[in-house]
Amino acid sequence: MGQRVNDLMGWVDARFPLTKMWEEHLSKYYAPKNFNFWYFFGSLAIMVLVIQVLSGIFLAMFYKPDTALAFQSVEMNIMRDVEWGWLIRYFHSTGASAFFIVVYLHMFRGLIYGSYKKPRELVWIFGVLIFLALMAEGFMGYLLPWGQMSFWGAQVIINLVSAIPFVGEDLGIWVRGDFVIGDATLNRFFSLHIIAIPLILIGLIVAHIIALHEVGSNNPDGVEIKKNKDENGIPKDGIPFHPYYSVKDIVGVVVFLMFFAGVIFFIPEMFGYFLEHANFEPANPLKTPEHIAPVWYFTPYYSILRAVPSIAGSAFPGVIAMGAAIVVLFFLPWLDRNPVKSIRYRADWYKILVAIFVVAFIVLGYLGTKAPTDMRTLVAQICTIYYFAFFLLMPFYTKMEKNKPVPERVTMK
Amino acid sequence: MSTDAVNNSKRRFLVASTTVVGAIGAGFVAVPFIKSWKPSAKALAAGAPVQVDISKIEEGQMIVVEWRGKPVYVLNRTDENIKVLETDTEKLADPDSEMSTQPDYCKNPTRSYDSHRKVMVMEGVCTHLGCAPKYVPDLNNPFAGSLGHDWKGGYFCPCHGSIYDLAGRVRKSMPAPKNLPIMPYYFKSDTVILIGQDGSNA
Repeated sequence: MGQRVNDLMGWVDARFPLTKMWEEHLSKYYAPKNFNFWYFFGSLAIMVLVIQVLSGIFLAMFYKPDTALAFQSVEMNIMRDVEWGWLIRYFHSTGASAFFIVVYLHMFRGLIYGSYKKPRELVWIFGVLIFLALMAEGFMGYLLPWGQMSFWGAQVIINLVSAIPFVGEDLGIWVRGDFVIGDATLNRFFSLHIIAIPLILIGLIVAHIIALHEVGSNNPDGVEIKKNKDENGIPKDGIPFHPYYSVKDIVGVVVFLMFFAGVIFFIPEMFGYFLEHANFEPANPLKTPEHIAPVWYFTPYYSILRAVPSIAGSAFPGVIAMGAAIVVLFFLPWLDRNPVKSIRYRADWYKILVAIFVVAFIVLGYLGTKAPTDMRTLVAQICTIYYFAFFLLMPFYTKMEKNKPVPERVTMK
Repeated sequence: MSTDAVNNSKRRFLVASTTVVGAIGAGFVAVPFIKSWKPSAKALAAGAPVQVDISKIEEGQMIVVEWRGKPVYVLNRTDENIKVLETDTEKLADPDSEMSTQPDYCKNPTRSYDSHRKVMVMEGVCTHLGCAPKYVPDLNNPFAGSLGHDWKGGYFCPCHGSIYDLAGRVRKSMPAPKNLPIMPYYFKSDTVILIGQDGSNA
């Protein structure tokens, strides 16, 4: 029997590098042995992607991308008439928020352990591109249920395009395919949401992982394990991803699924954060909801948009600021001039700066869900300034840090 | 043997010219795809002008009609309102509508036809991010807290708090940068207006 299997593998390997790929990416991919809690979120992101693709394929079987039918097809057909349709829909809507939770934590891990630094700049850049594609995916997907918040949220965001000087008005009409958000807009968003962006997303994820496996994983100590290899050329602090981390990640998956199932079965709307209350009313272009807030995962950037006052009769500066808040992430590998990767061995005051950054980001996110008042706008402006200062002043302050000695080998704290 | 030698400059030329021709071809092929996103003939037709009978609108009353899918506010103002519009301009960002969108015949303090000063016609689309500002004639409304005690009527945008007067002129330091836009329209008679078309090119 064993001989038969070996023969079959030999036959395949002579025609397709199956064993080679298995070894390169799993059984002989040596990952540092000191991964901690923060290293669950990469594999969890992949799992959420699988959940989204699977549930999305099935939702597309029942959904109708037509302004006259869309709302009914979701709220009546899928949620009530299709057997188990409600579960598939909640998989997808909860999965969207879960995707962002997991990705935000994954990015935070990269930030604190310096995973964006040489030689992992491209891993980071592919990651930011994935984040961008994910935002586009989330935004377009949110229009599809054709509820009030779908419509008015898209209205606000597409009008950002119209704020671009000179060409904005025509560009807005081009994106909508009409003078207003309508059937044309819904149809193209459906196509982009289920085909174009997922293809791009999967391509970027493949690039992200290939780049990662080329340079090897970082770790909580920020030590390059490839500098200490044994006589066989295997990093002394490395363990094969499979079975060690594949098994460990199962623990992460199980814990994640406990929370995920809890949300799906008991609080799928998450008190109006995952599914906004106004979205249970069909889209009505002539009636603006009393309060328009984007879904929670966009609110930090939405706050930045609102914090910037309009200049010379144009809302464009706010749009620029929101875009810049994401573009600045691409430059992180070159903004941070400290050679030490992990926050463990960086100055204590840098830890405080990161902590304030996290607070500022969460405050921005909270304010983005609320109607603006003078006080809230002021707080948002302060947080926005901090957000940009944290990144743009890095070239200066990261040089002034007094680092602690970095160990030669990884530690098992 | 010389016939086997690689002619590098020829190769470079062929690679470059193939690339350029290919890129131009790809550019042309992209055109139909990009143009397919423009409004269809049907959508363009749906953007045609809308006729509105304003004879039934009482003073101080506003109706909303739909034009190109956008809400159009048609408001019949009182003499009192007109007086306020002419005098209370110190709080406004653009009292003379210099930076705002409107036809020339509406570029005046009341932002209306001189022949029909009380009739206000404008898009109910906030110039900040496109929400529909609420018509608030008095302080008897849920937004009163944001409006101040000397409120004399106007519009309040519930999304981000922009405040406009009864001519759609925005106040200073609001999220909205400009006054509410006015689309071309004209009076077919004293009681009927046509929205979406100028009298000049009718």
